[in-house]
Amino acid sequence: MEAAPLLEIRELSKVFSDADNRVVALNDISLTVYEKEVYGIVGMSGAGKSTLIRCINRLDTPNAGRVLFRGQDILTMDRRQLLSVRRKMGMIFQQFNLLMQRTVGQNVCYPLEIAGIKHTQANSRVSELLDIVGLQDKLNAYPAQLSGGQRQRVAIARALASNPEVLLCDEATSALDPMTTQSILTLLQDINRRLGITILLITHEMAVIRQVCDRVAILDDGEVVEEGTVNEVFMHTKSQAGKRLFGVLPQEARDDPGIPALRIVFDGAAAGKPIISRLSQETNVAVNILSANMNHLGGKVYGQMLIEVPKDERDTRAVVRFLTEHGLTVKEVNT
Amino acid sequence: MSWEQLTPVLLEGLWDTLYMTVPSTLIAYLVGMPLGILLVATATGGIRPMLRFNALLGMAINFLRSVPFIILLAMLFPVTRAVMGRAIGTRAIIFPLTISAFPYVARMVENSLVEVDRGVIEAAQSMGSTDWQIIRKVLLPEAFPSLLNGAAICMVTILGYTAMASTAGGGGLGALAITKGLNMRNFPLMYSASLILVALVQIMTFFGNRISRKSDHRKK
Repeated sequence: MEAAPLLEIRELSKVFSDADNRVVALNDISLTVYEKEVYGIVGMSGAGKSTLIRCINRLDTPNAGRVLFRGQDILTMDRRQLLSVRRKMGMIFQQFNLLMQRTVGQNVCYPLEIAGIKHTQANSRVSELLDIVGLQDKLNAYPAQLSGGQRQRVAIARALASNPEVLLCDEATSALDPMTTQSILTLLQDINRRLGITILLITHEMAVIRQVCDRVAILDDGEVVEEGTVNEVFMHTKSQAGKRLFGVLPQEARDDPGIPALRIVFDGAAAGKPIISRLSQETNVAVNILSANMNHLGGKVYGQMLIEVPKDERDTRAVVRFLTEHGLTVKEVNT
Repeated sequence: MSWEQLTPVLLEGLWDTLYMTVPSTLIAYLVGMPLGILLVATATGGIRPMLRFNALLGMAINFLRSVPFIILLAMLFPVTRAVMGRAIGTRAIIFPLTISAFPYVARMVENSLVEVDRGVIEAAQSMGSTDWQIIRKVLLPEAFPSLLNGAAICMVTILGYTAMASTAGGGGLGALAITKGLNMRNFPLMYSASLILVALVQIMTFFGNRISRKSDHRKK
């Protein structure tokens, strides 16, 4: 089944400049988001993620390039067309950006109001939307009375009100604690699957990408340095930026082990098995863990581990064989 | 002067004061509010940046604000006569009061509106709001508590200006305190008129603050 492209970004560039400074925020970005997928853009802060997502609905205007939504160029649209296309794109933000003087219900109603939808119709739509995000009982509460996670749920309900085709998420979970992040990500996944809404999200957290995205682009210094399915990019990270984000490369050079080591990649296949202790028992090699960056998501283990290469070469081969047999990817570093 | 004689004089003064203050404030808002909105909308980072226009408007408003009221009052005599039918008197003075107050109101409104979170405006833009919808449904309601506080401050300022009405033949408590109180050595009249002015300011400030706080949903 070939999915149709929903958003096509072509040779997009954005330069911020004033009298004495010129900052290239986006440099020749091209990527395609297909219908009904969850696409993630990940990068360190300052990589240009926010600028990129804001160029998609023209909150920022790029200097060059094209942004096509169902084949129509958003950047050449007149104001009226732009407003109608914006109503087909929902957007949520790191800081939620709710109207603080309106109740939850009135916030969710806002997009319906500006689209001129009748009161009775709007009201039933609002309760339907609050049902989706699980906040039926907060209809008359004000945002100030809600927790961060609840506020983001209201923002999601509001973004969905106009029946958008795509939901743009600008660091939507970055202001939330890990537990709340999980529940918001689950909700986004649910929305993608149940309502068939395409999601484009940007984040600096690899865990977010791993949990919800189908495909990912790594943005570094205004350029796409890597793109592909999450598994592909995760398993065979090529770029320096990607390795830094995955925690494979130490963030700072002095954390480098400096000695021959084996890098073990956990991609979720070796589910919850105490693989390292079994490795020691079964191969009779004492494993010296140099560093580990592991995440447990949905009962699976994701991450990277660096272990010291055993002194004896036969031991090394045994270790590599054991790990490969158990579905892990092993690479030698500094050898 | 006994209290029996003082009371009707003071009541008439109070009426004249309110007769000058309230309409001037309302008309000043009618003119100043759209200008304040324009100042915010056309500024850098506003919803419709027009920097050249914004700078010109800002300059014009500053110019009007910098003319002392007493001078403006005299300068405007011919215009006041043309607009209000006569240049002096309690009713006529509403015109110069309005002229001097609306630039102040514009700045006050601007101050309230710039407080509205930029992110909230962007969220509204991302939903496909027109500029007018953002002004009407986002900027003004979100800034409402602050606008109300500003309105109370503007009203108090205009109330202060009415004291100078006596120089153009206007009435009110200020005129009473100066012409019939101070100049004619009627100190009971001077003090009681002044006290009522003080009370008016207190009442306006108190209710302005109270309603502002009551209408603000940002705190739990």
